[in-house]
Amino acid sequence: MTKRRIEPLVWLMFSAGGVLAAVFLPSLILLFGLAFPLGWLHPPDHAHLLAVLANPLTFVILLGSFVLMLVHSAHRFRYTLYDGLQIKMKRTVAVLTYGAAILGSVATLGALWVAAQAL
Amino acid sequence: MTPSGGTPTGLRLYRPRVSTLWWTRKRTYFVFVMRELSSIFVAWFVVYLVVLIYAVGQGEAAYRRFLDWASAPWVTVLNVVTLMFVLLHAVTWFKLTPQAMAVRVAGRRVPGFHIIAGQYTGLVVVSGFVLWLVRR
Repeated sequence: MTKRRIEPLVWLMFSAGGVLAAVFLPSLILLFGLAFPLGWLHPPDHAHLLAVLANPLTFVILLGSFVLMLVHSAHRFRYTLYDGLQIKMKRTVAVLTYGAAILGSVATLGALWVAAQAL
Repeated sequence: MTPSGGTPTGLRLYRPRVSTLWWTRKRTYFVFVMRELSSIFVAWFVVYLVVLIYAVGQGEAAYRRFLDWASAPWVTVLNVVTLMFVLLHAVTWFKLTPQAMAVRVAGRRVPGFHIIAGQYTGLVVVSGFVLWLVRR
């Protein structure tokens, strides 16, 4: 019964996370994953990034979208393991994938908290 | 006498074994599995950003160290692969949206083309905003 009640919520979070990953991640990967570390563009000042991160609006938006993207990823990977790789240990797979998403969400909260306190 | 979908005890169903590599046999199956595997790369980049945020919170030196570490060849290669998988995710996601939801305006169904174009506009606007926010 609990499963039935939770399943629609997970699918809703999957969809929301999918949209966020599609619109937010390409530019973030291009900038923070490649352009800034490799020096194609001058990386932003530390003080500026800290100011952006300490803004309560950034805090809420980043926390919300990271949690949704992690749930999206966990949910999709769960079904990739079931159907793609034919791993049928359903309970173990669900615990591991959603467990990882929960751990990631806690880490996100921790990192954002540290950054917000640093200013 | 069994409920629908149930199996009476003692009856053994024929369940053909599906090979683990079933998805390599057809291009469409392969693209499907690649699309599903984009989930790993979404997770990787969220973790990467969390580490970046933590480093920024630790101070200027930690932020520099993060950028140094992120310029290592293996991280660069991983991020290039991540970008390709996330773009595959974005393109397939946008394409599927009109099939997954019917948007109605004033009682008429919005054509799929408009929904897809709207999402690409969203991608451009959000990317522009991110660029503006971090480079201001």
